[in-house]
Amino acid sequence: MDSLQQRSSTVQEPPGAVPAYRPTPPPAWQPRTDPAPLLPETEPLRVLGTDAVADADPALLLRLYAELVRGRRYNTQATALTKQGRLAVYPSTTGQEASEIAAALALEDRDWLFPSYRDTLAAVARGLDPVQALTLLRGDWHTGYDPREHRIAPLCTPLATQLPHAVGLAHAARLKGDDVVALAMVGDGGTSEGDFHEALNFAAVWQAPVVFLVQNNGFAISVPLAKQTAAPSLAHKAVGYGMPGRLVDGNDAVAVHQVLTEAVARARRGGGPTLVEAITYRIDAHTNADDATRYRAAGEVETWRAHDPILILERELTERGLLDEDGKRAAAEAAETMAADLRERMNADPVLDPMDLFSHVYAEQTAQLREQAAQLRAELEAEGEA
Amino acid sequence: MTTATTGPAADRTAAKAGKPKPATMAQALQRAMRDAMAEDPTVHVMGEDVGTLGGVFRVTDGLAKEFGEDRCTDTPLAEAGILGAAVGMAMYGLRPVVEMQFDAFAYPAFEQLISHVAKMRNRTRGAMPMPIVIRVPYGGGIGGVEHHSDSSEAYYTATPGLHVVTPATVEDAYGLLRAAIASDDPVVFLEPKRLYWSKSDWSPEAPTPVEPIGKAVVRRRGTGATLITYGPSVPVCLEAAEAAQAEGWDLEVVDLRSLVPFDDETVCASVRRTGRAVVVHESAGFGGPGAEIAARVTERCFHHLEAPVLRVAGFDIPYPPPMLERHHLPGVDRVLDAVARLQWEAGS
Ligand SMILES: Cc1ncc(C[n+]2csc(CCOP(=O)(O)OP(=O)(O)O)c2C)c(N)n1
Repeated sequence: MDSLQQRSSTVQEPPGAVPAYRPTPPPAWQPRTDPAPLLPETEPLRVLGTDAVADADPALLLRLYAELVRGRRYNTQATALTKQGRLAVYPSTTGQEASEIAAALALEDRDWLFPSYRDTLAAVARGLDPVQALTLLRGDWHTGYDPREHRIAPLCTPLATQLPHAVGLAHAARLKGDDVVALAMVGDGGTSEGDFHEALNFAAVWQAPVVFLVQNNGFAISVPLAKQTAAPSLAHKAVGYGMPGRLVDGNDAVAVHQVLTEAVARARRGGGPTLVEAITYRIDAHTNADDATRYRAAGEVETWRAHDPILILERELTERGLLDEDGKRAAAEAAETMAADLRERMNADPVLDPMDLFSHVYAEQTAQLREQAAQLRAELEAEGEA
Repeated sequence: MTTATTGPAADRTAAKAGKPKPATMAQALQRAMRDAMAEDPTVHVMGEDVGTLGGVFRVTDGLAKEFGEDRCTDTPLAEAGILGAAVGMAMYGLRPVVEMQFDAFAYPAFEQLISHVAKMRNRTRGAMPMPIVIRVPYGGGIGGVEHHSDSSEAYYTATPGLHVVTPATVEDAYGLLRAAIASDDPVVFLEPKRLYWSKSDWSPEAPTPVEPIGKAVVRRRGTGATLITYGPSVPVCLEAAEAAQAEGWDLEVVDLRSLVPFDDETVCASVRRTGRAVVVHESAGFGGPGAEIAARVTERCFHHLEAPVLRVAGFDIPYPPPMLERHHLPGVDRVLDAVARLQWEAGS
């Protein structure tokens, strides 16, 4: 008590007065001046079925529709190829086509996509050859395309590990003076990984031109969102890192396109990263190896079917007189042509050279690998002779 | 032998004879956790999808139902978090059994494994043991896409403070996992995925006696040479030994079961009998467990050796796509080629 009295006397409080406690921030604290509101919307943003849709460009609506129909057909075709044993595995995005495709279409050609293993459709929407997009899942080669050519990083299997790559690439582009944006995709489960947190933090600290898209499809294999996070939403996670979080209806292609376009523009003009959570649903099982009846009720799936991304867009287009039966047929036929081509090319056995095992381990083959290659060559010759 | 009595026909015969239905390795592992949890309330199972789903390989099937979600827990999707939390739980007296969903998805947890799990006893001068089991499905041969087929044992065996074990039979899957859970030290428990569905007449009602960790076993007697192997390569070596018989080679097969601690006694006794040895594993040969084993055998059995200790391993390449994996994995032919090379003559 003595010392307190002594101290108050040094600041010359009137004798007898109780010193008022006025908490002040520690000296090093600086208020953040970022004017952007960081908190996400309280409800997932929707455009379809609201007045806002009147502002949407009809050409964009029709393009999104055609791409969604094609994406759905891609999903059903790839799933069929799995059943025929043509693909080792296929993680379907049926029900998620809107967020996959509308997000990818918000990018410019010079931008980069960092997809997870599920995001084949986003890659195809950017123009990647449908067969090249499937080599990982067919098992003939890990990545069937040149990432630099398409500006699509390899489809990434270890969850969330591609996110720091997206930050690094976007940062490097900015250092070089290029106005390139990176879009990094991750699932709801992936947001629990350390790499997710580290990527967001780096991106915010460096103000890197990155957009993080979380496709919240309800489950990480069998684990529902409630066991993944206690946050009010995944978009809320942005706030702690100092970047805006946006919440959007992931089945509303127009809303996803709008939010992503804004976030990409913001990143491009130097405004830093954004975290977008798209609320959607995985209609199919995790993969063909998964039994979804173990962890979810059929009724839940049916509810989401009523909110199908193609259905709700089709309804809007029809009501506005932009789409009639002919238009629908044209979109379906274009999708069918793509599917037939995919089927035909996937039904041909890929020509593989086992010697490729040693081709790209190092820039220059080591003596050790040359020796092992010789061993395999001898084995293959012996096999051929037998 | 595990695989001799499998197949639907064998199943039907067994059923007719009133024998127990053959169990798979996955079922034996499940049973080991179940029995351990029933006996000891401090045993907790956790990981991604281990609860409601019962794990992607169904190895934890039914545990959440029987013991509740606090004892068999679906965690958030975060390997570092899972293992890091297990460290804290072990500090407070629990015995966590954690599942890493696939070999290559355990890597985010390496910081916890190497810096804490493996070193805690040593750092605390014995005050704080880490009775944690880290179950890792490993290895190839199931047509998995990339990051689903790594043989990561060399990383684990290179880390002092960890035990590293791997079963090759249904019986051992049960016995070794019970021993691992009972161990007061951390055990990396490598489960050969391509043997998950292998079967035997093992009965959960009369489980195999639990042997302490660290004992190898001779799976096949022979006099001509010793095949030293473990996990997924054990059936390959047994098949090779059968094939070699036709060519006049009588091979002995030693299943290590435990890489750390290493059973020098069983291995060296065998090599001294046969005078020749080949180490077989599917992980990369360079810096792989075979290098260590060949060196140990040479150091201890030099005067008994008729030929250098040879290694048959996976190539020194990242695990290939499934359509090429058969060219990478050491199969019967490669083992037999090595056996032929054992007819080594000094100076040749
Ligand atoms: C680091 C890592 N751990 C575990 C896995 C195994 N795994 C593959 S997909 C998956 C669930 C992913 O869920 P989510 O992130 O929500 O994405 P979704 O599959 O729903 O698109 C898991 C656990 C993995 N690929 N990587």
